[in-house]
Amino acid sequence: MAEVRITGLHKRYGAFHAVKGIDLDVPDGEFTVLVGPSGCGKSTLLRTIAGLEEASDGTIEIGGEVVNDFRPRDRDVAMVFQDYALYPHMSVGNNIGFGLKARGMPKPEIAARVGEAARMLGIEPLLDRLPRHLSGGQRQRVAIGRAIVRNPRIFLFDEPLSNLDAQLRDEMRGEIKRLHHTIATTMIYVTHDQIEAMTLADRIVLMRDGLIEQQGAPLELFERPANTFVAGFLGSPRMSFINGRLARSAEGYVVRIGDLAMPVPAGRTLDGASDGQEILLGLRPEHLTRSQGDAPPPGCVRHEVQIELLQPTGSRSYATFRLAGEPVIAELQAHDVSRPGEHVPIDINMQRASIFDRRSERAL
Amino acid sequence: MATTVVNRVRRSRLRRIPIFRILFLALCFLFVLAPLYWTFVTSIKPSDDFLASPPVWFPDNPTLVHYNAALFAYRGLNGLINSLIVSISATVLSCLFGTLMAYSLARFNTGGQHLSFWVLSQRFLPPVAIVLPIFLNYRALGLNDTHVGLILAYTVFTLPVSVWMMFAYFRQMPRSLEEAALVDGCTRWTSFWRVAVPLAVPGIVAAAIFTFIACWTEFFFALVLTSRNAYTLPTVFRAFLSFQGAQYGAASALSIVSLVPSIVLGVLVQKHLVRGLTLGAIRG
Repeated sequence: MAEVRITGLHKRYGAFHAVKGIDLDVPDGEFTVLVGPSGCGKSTLLRTIAGLEEASDGTIEIGGEVVNDFRPRDRDVAMVFQDYALYPHMSVGNNIGFGLKARGMPKPEIAARVGEAARMLGIEPLLDRLPRHLSGGQRQRVAIGRAIVRNPRIFLFDEPLSNLDAQLRDEMRGEIKRLHHTIATTMIYVTHDQIEAMTLADRIVLMRDGLIEQQGAPLELFERPANTFVAGFLGSPRMSFINGRLARSAEGYVVRIGDLAMPVPAGRTLDGASDGQEILLGLRPEHLTRSQGDAPPPGCVRHEVQIELLQPTGSRSYATFRLAGEPVIAELQAHDVSRPGEHVPIDINMQRASIFDRRSERAL
Repeated sequence: MATTVVNRVRRSRLRRIPIFRILFLALCFLFVLAPLYWTFVTSIKPSDDFLASPPVWFPDNPTLVHYNAALFAYRGLNGLINSLIVSISATVLSCLFGTLMAYSLARFNTGGQHLSFWVLSQRFLPPVAIVLPIFLNYRALGLNDTHVGLILAYTVFTLPVSVWMMFAYFRQMPRSLEEAALVDGCTRWTSFWRVAVPLAVPGIVAAAIFTFIACWTEFFFALVLTSRNAYTLPTVFRAFLSFQGAQYGAASALSIVSLVPSIVLGVLVQKHLVRGLTLGAIRG
């Protein structure tokens, strides 16, 4: 059990600058997910924490101790790899016990701990098999077993689920979350999948181009994205962005999109907003609902739209329409719209919508 | 009607393909085995049968006198022992250093892209170009006509090939296996021995076979660098072409003897190769 503190971390491969100055604190026992598009430096950051890559600049502390010059084995971390990295020439039991053996633990104790880890993961019947005789899910379980058996201070996961099929991925995701509840050790998890990030994390660290764009609790990032990149990365279907302009009136600000004027609710503060500022209005599908009753609920703006495209998912339907020429996706109830081309009144929730400065793409 | 045509075509195909295949295989078989058979039969024929007409396909009175002559009179047994000592030692050394060097080239990119090519380029050199310098150096160092001298020369000459065979092997091995071992608690050295080397066994075996055969059949260096003590099996054959005429029987007998280690090695290693092929990294 330990916290991780990263200060001013850089990683360069020759001319390529993969990590460009990261400051990150991971408190003891927290589940932190590093997420971002491929090439954003998240895996490099994780491998630098593990000691598999050397930091070009900056410090890494684990449990209050600077570990930059420590070998991976001396950092007391465990890592689960994307391709599982099981030793093909060793049985499952030997795979799990390998780390203990490498550290010179006596055999009976290794056997006891391997047995316990296998019981925890439900892979006891597999201990004598070779990795090539296991399914993908079983291999991943063995890889996790190999990590937990050592009882390390930190767990590192490098996209552990991306080689599994969708159903198995959901299942293993739940299991990893349960594992974290059980052993409550600091975990740092890398993924490019925003759903994995949202469901697993105590805290999401969203990266792009070697820098942290925003970090915080999943819902905090989801509901108050710092910029359009964060807003667009989290959430599926994606947030729709519409060009608009801010106008100041007696009651406060109004968002103007074409000839549509949408007052910003009085309770919302817009940092650094000015009259006539060009903005992007960010609407998530769930910010749009089919109107009910005579008047829109407080903080909402009613507008009639023509549905272009309808994608039913069963419980919900995704309806695409245009607002001032820009496509917008709304998540409606299954029977709100019966066919494309229909005109329906939509309530736009301005209380929850995001507003970004168009030039800097930062949230107001 | 259509079905009978189809059936006939299918039946005739079934009947024809094996015939051609068997004929072809039999031809290949003959091509390989006929000289071997003739060598073997010559080795047990009485000398009078060698040039008899019509040829003697199998002697009425098989004899071992040629084996006796080849192994003892011509000192073939010593040559065999020397060959075994030199070839096995050179193979072990070449594979050991080859594996270490290949790992270093593949994992740490030691020497950049040029070193690995430079290693291979050593094979471009015609051996005859360096045999005299080596001879002179060896004379100064007292290595002429010693096992050590020949082992050293063979190790150096087979190293480029074992390095390259192992290099290819290590390069396609996923790094994550060794990285997992490093995080698990290994040092670079133990992760190499416990993870990388066991997985590279098929490659090491292939390199070992190659090296062993190269050493076992090498003639030129053995001829120049050895004389009375460390001479190897191939150099013994020289003696069978003498002013007394060609010693067919003894030459055939020694040829058969020289095949034995290769056959034993082949049988031993074949199992290992098959086992080795089924190894290989586990991926999704």
